[in-house]
Amino acid sequence: MAKGRIEINEALCKGCTLCTLNCPKEILHMAQDRFNAKGYRPVEIIDPEGQCTGCSICAIICPEAAITVFRMVKAKDRVAEKV
Amino acid sequence: MEKTKMVESQIYTKPESLTEIGTHYCPGCTHGIAHRLIAEVIDEMGVRENTIGIAPVGCSVFAYNYFNMDFAEAAHGRAPAMATGIKRVNPDKIVFTYQGDGDLASIGAAEILHAAGRGEHITVIFINNAIYGMTGGQMAPTTLPGQRTTSSPMGRDIELHGFPMKMCEILSQTDGAAYIVRRSLHDVANIRKAKKALRNAFEAQQQGLGFSMVELLSSCPTNWGITPEDALKWIESHMVPMYPLGDYKVHSALSVK
Repeated sequence: MAKGRIEINEALCKGCTLCTLNCPKEILHMAQDRFNAKGYRPVEIIDPEGQCTGCSICAIICPEAAITVFRMVKAKDRVAEKV
Repeated sequence: MEKTKMVESQIYTKPESLTEIGTHYCPGCTHGIAHRLIAEVIDEMGVRENTIGIAPVGCSVFAYNYFNMDFAEAAHGRAPAMATGIKRVNPDKIVFTYQGDGDLASIGAAEILHAAGRGEHITVIFINNAIYGMTGGQMAPTTLPGQRTTSSPMGRDIELHGFPMKMCEILSQTDGAAYIVRRSLHDVANIRKAKKALRNAFEAQQQGLGFSMVELLSSCPTNWGITPEDALKWIESHMVPMYPLGDYKVHSALSVK
């Protein structure tokens, strides 16, 4: 099971590709089949093997704050931690 | 042995201090990163209801739409003067200005120099992308020697146009300055360092130590005419050697994180 996952707010994405180039697992890609309302190809996560670790690098480099990151933590350690 | 129970925890989302509105900035522009870092720091310090920002003229002229807090809009270059007035009338508020290099280092050079000299208890976020972005990529005071812009199509000639202005070095010489540092937004490690510097700058203001400024080296992919990825590499290869990162002045009473 994946250690982490991300949600992408496609409406905010401007397709700058910075997250796809910085993702250490290289699982972020620009969508090839659609555009968002602004006319950009939004980024999407393709992660069938559950490689995402929730490292937050994509969220830190994203100029639009379009990415929300979740990570699996031990229940007793659960904290509203911010990167 | 019982297996440890794992639960999903949200570790990062858009900060509360930013509104839900999408920005008008070009794809890959690091203005968005700078906005987000400021919003994160204000969220973490819990001072959103007590903060007043001053928007400049330049690409970030609409910053008041994007920050979810009180904001005022200053005339070109006059944000430090406006911040001075707001801070003196409301000394318990956190007051910051957000200014680009054309706004701060050119038309607003007198304002920023005297605000620092007076030791005004304000924080200045200085976005240095070596070009005038909003007006179409003209040469700025911070444009690098040899850099091509729409008003220096053969490259900046120092014999003709003079040398770039290094604002951190200049302002760190003023006695009123408490915290003057330069950071860059060209990769994840440097973005993290920039966030710590912003926190220190706001702490310096909260502790009443004097004027604080964080200069952030930023990209302008559109007017530099390169991709967002190459723009970040260009910051590292060209801007950082001209504008060395580091702490130019740190007040001895400030416990730096």
